[in-house]
Amino acid sequence: MTVVQSRARTGPTRPRPTRPVWEEPPTRLGQAAKGVLVGVVLLAVLFPLWVVVLTSVSPAQAVTRAGGLVVVPDGFSLTAYAELLSGGTVTRSVLVSTGITVVGTLFSVVVTLLAAYGLSRPGSFAHRPLLFAVLLTFLFGPGLIPTYLLVQSLGLLDTYAALVLPGAVAAFNLVVLRSFFMNIPQDLVDSARIDGANDFGVLTRIVLPLSKGVTAVIALFYAVGYWNAFFNAFLYLNSTDKWPLQLVLRTYVLQGQPIPGTSAVDSTLDGTGGPVATLAVKMAVVVIAVVPVLIVYPFVQKHFTKGVIVGAIKG
Amino acid sequence: MPGADVLERPATAAGRPSPPARRSSWARRLRRDWVLLLMVAPAIGLLVVFHYVPLLGNVVAFQDYSPYVGIAGSPWTGFANFRRILGDPDFWSATVNTLAITAFQLVFYFPVPIGIALLVHSLLSPRLRMFVQSVVYLPHFFSWVLVITLFQQMIGGAGVLNSFLRSHGASPVDVMTDPDLFLGLVTAQAVWKDAGWGAIVFLAALSTVDTSLYEAAAVDGAGRWRRLWHVTLPALVPVIVLLLILRLGEALTVGFEQFLLQRDAVGAAAAEVLDTYVYFTGVVNSDFSYAAAAGLVKGLVGLALVLAANKVAHLAGEQGVYSR
Repeated sequence: MTVVQSRARTGPTRPRPTRPVWEEPPTRLGQAAKGVLVGVVLLAVLFPLWVVVLTSVSPAQAVTRAGGLVVVPDGFSLTAYAELLSGGTVTRSVLVSTGITVVGTLFSVVVTLLAAYGLSRPGSFAHRPLLFAVLLTFLFGPGLIPTYLLVQSLGLLDTYAALVLPGAVAAFNLVVLRSFFMNIPQDLVDSARIDGANDFGVLTRIVLPLSKGVTAVIALFYAVGYWNAFFNAFLYLNSTDKWPLQLVLRTYVLQGQPIPGTSAVDSTLDGTGGPVATLAVKMAVVVIAVVPVLIVYPFVQKHFTKGVIVGAIKG
Repeated sequence: MPGADVLERPATAAGRPSPPARRSSWARRLRRDWVLLLMVAPAIGLLVVFHYVPLLGNVVAFQDYSPYVGIAGSPWTGFANFRRILGDPDFWSATVNTLAITAFQLVFYFPVPIGIALLVHSLLSPRLRMFVQSVVYLPHFFSWVLVITLFQQMIGGAGVLNSFLRSHGASPVDVMTDPDLFLGLVTAQAVWKDAGWGAIVFLAALSTVDTSLYEAAAVDGAGRWRRLWHVTLPALVPVIVLLLILRLGEALTVGFEQFLLQRDAVGAAAAEVLDTYVYFTGVVNSDFSYAAAAGLVKGLVGLALVLAANKVAHLAGEQGVYSR
C-alpha cells in the first residue's frame, strides 16, 4: 500500500505507469480475464447500491412500471425522502442515531486518546499492569447474560447510555493508538517538556497533531460502530420512540412492517396504493442509513493502511 | 516539580539498577506521573465496570438466578446448569450449526480476500487500484441489517433477481428463506461484506515483497505464473497461516447479528448458533442462569481454542496475537 501511495505521488512526473522491464507484455486474453474479474468485483458492490438509490429517487409510477426495484433510470422524484423527513418515526430515529454517533464518538475518542497517551510513556508509574488489564480484555469476553444483568442493575435499560457506555472503549483501538504514539520520536517530547509543557500539553500540542491520520481512522471506526449499532439497541431499548435507525431499518424495511406516519399505512388501509408504491420509501430508509458512511469514508480511507496495519502488526 | 525531574522519565525507562529508598521512589513516581494516571483512569474505569465486573457476574451460571433477589439472594446450584447443557439437544444443535458455518467459511470465505489482494495487486494503474480498493473496503462499514436488507432486495423473493426471472418466464427462487441454502447464503453475505476489507492485510504483506526477487526470478526464466507461485505466494504464507490459526481459535464465534436477523426467515433449525441460543434462552425466556452457563461454556472453550491456536502460531514461528 505504501508502494501504491508513493507511486501515486510520482504520478505527475510519470504520467503512465510503466511495466517493469523484466515483465513480458500481457496477453490479450489475460488482460480481458482480469478486466472481467475487476468488473465483477466492482459490480457486486456497486450494483445493489445503484439499484437502491435509483429506486428511492424514482416516482411511484416508475417503481410500479419496473414491478419492483428500478434498475434503469426512469424519472426523478424526492417524494420518498420528503415523506420520511417530514417528521415521524424515521426522522426521529435519524436524529437519535446522529446524536448517539456524535456524542458516543466524541466520548470514545477522547477517552481512548487519553488512555493511549497515558500508557505510551515509557517507564511511567504502573503502566505495565494497566496495559495488561487492557490487553487481557482481548482474551475473554464477559458474556451476554452477565453484561445484560449488569446494564439492568445499573438502571441503564431503556436509556441511551446503554448504547454508549458498555462499548465506549475498544481495547483494539487503544492499542493501535498507543503503538502509534510510541513511535513518535522521544526528542520531540523532551524538547516540549524543556519548554515547560506538561503531559496534557505534550498530548495536545505534539502528539495529536502528528497522529491526525490514525485518530481519524479510530474516530471513523467508533462512529461507524455507533451509527450501525443494532444489537445493543435491540437488547436494551424497549420504547419504540427511542429506536435508532438500524432498528427502524430492520423492522420496517427488512421485516416489511408499514412505517407509522407515512403513506405506507394509508395505502394499505384504503387500498389505493400497494406494497410496490412504498418500496421507494423503504429504499430511501436504506439510503439514509448508507449516506453518512459514504460521506465520511473517502476522507478517512486514505489513512487506513498507515494507521491500521502499522498499529495492528505492532500491537 | 523541580526542573531536574522533568526529563527523568526516559532515564528511568533505561533502568536504574536498584533505587536506594524504594518507598520514596514509588511515591515520587506517583507524584510525577499522576497526570498520566488520571488520563488512563476513565478508560480503565469503563473496562472494569463493563468488562471485569460482568466477568464476575458469570457466577449466576452456578446459581438459580432470580432477578427479584439478585445475585446475593439467589440460591446456589453447583453444576446443575452445566449438567443440563450436556443433555440439551438444542444446545448441541446450535453448536453443530456454529461449527458447520465456521467450516464452510473456512473453505469458501477464507481464500477470497487472498484472491482479491492478488487481483488488486496485479493492477498496474495506481488510480484504478485505489478505486478498486476503496470500493471493496466499503461494505465492511455497513451494518448487518443493511447488508441483509440489500441481499433481500437483490436475491430475495421480491428482489431484482426474481423479478427478472419472473419477467423471463422462469420460476422464482427465494434464497433468503430456504434453510438448505442458508450456509451458502451467510457465507456469501460474509464474503460481500468483509472479504474486501480482509484483503487489506494481504495487500500490506504484498507491498513489502522485494521487487528484485521478481526480477531475479524473471531473469531465471520464470513466467508470470511461476513468479506468482514462487515469489508472491511464499510472501503471503506467514499471514495466511496466522489468520488461519486465529480463525480456528474463534471456531465457536460466527457473529451474532447476522443470525439473529435471519433466524425468523429460515427457522431456528438452520440459523440458531451458540450466541443466538444464549440470547433466546437467557434474555427472551428469562432463564438467565442456564443461558449464562451456556455462554460460559462457549467462552471457556473459545478461550482454550484461542490459547491453543496462539501456541500453534508460536510453534509455527509466527508472532501470534499476544506475543511477549
